[in-house]
Amino acid sequence: MTFLQDALAVILVLGGTFFMLVGSIGINRLPDFFTRAHASGKVDTLGILMFLTGLAVFEGFTLNAAKLLLIIVFVAFTSPVAAHALARRALLYGMKPWYGNPKNEG
Amino acid sequence: MQTFFITIALVLCIALLIPFYRVYKGPTVFDRLLGSAAVGAKILTLILLFGLMFDRLDMFIDISLGYAILNFVGVIAMAKYFRSSARATK
Repeated sequence: MTFLQDALAVILVLGGTFFMLVGSIGINRLPDFFTRAHASGKVDTLGILMFLTGLAVFEGFTLNAAKLLLIIVFVAFTSPVAAHALARRALLYGMKPWYGNPKNEG
Repeated sequence: MQTFFITIALVLCIALLIPFYRVYKGPTVFDRLLGSAAVGAKILTLILLFGLMFDRLDMFIDISLGYAILNFVGVIAMAKYFRSSARATK
């Protein structure tokens, strides 16, 4: 039972770190602010949720796991809201979205 | 298990240092703000990982919850502050 719990925790933590790495690389490589906000709002949120779920599984049925579930719910609500608020403010500020590079089409 | 957690902490440090390039070289101020928000979200997970490594998860969970609330409130406040800012950076 303990081995199964540790294996599930290791899988979840590895997936969370992978998604956080992909989100961090996407913040640098994408060409526009709105695409970067997309990467930060979706991929990073999924990575953080998977990572914290893995820590809660490793902890077991204690009070700390309940607090970790509280943090998971809070992050799931607030991280996309922050990215959306930034993107909306940039759009109202007057930024033009990126419509693609015509030289790379075809 | 301890060596696994140390390895994960090293990978998370690498993933934390990557958005600092966007903070340094963002064309607009929103890029810098997004990079700093990403750095804060990764620091939260790193604090929890260190708390689990040192067997002090009771203390570090409260610290990380406060950090998450502070990060969210800071991003929302800056997004509302730049409503009337006039630094036109194309």
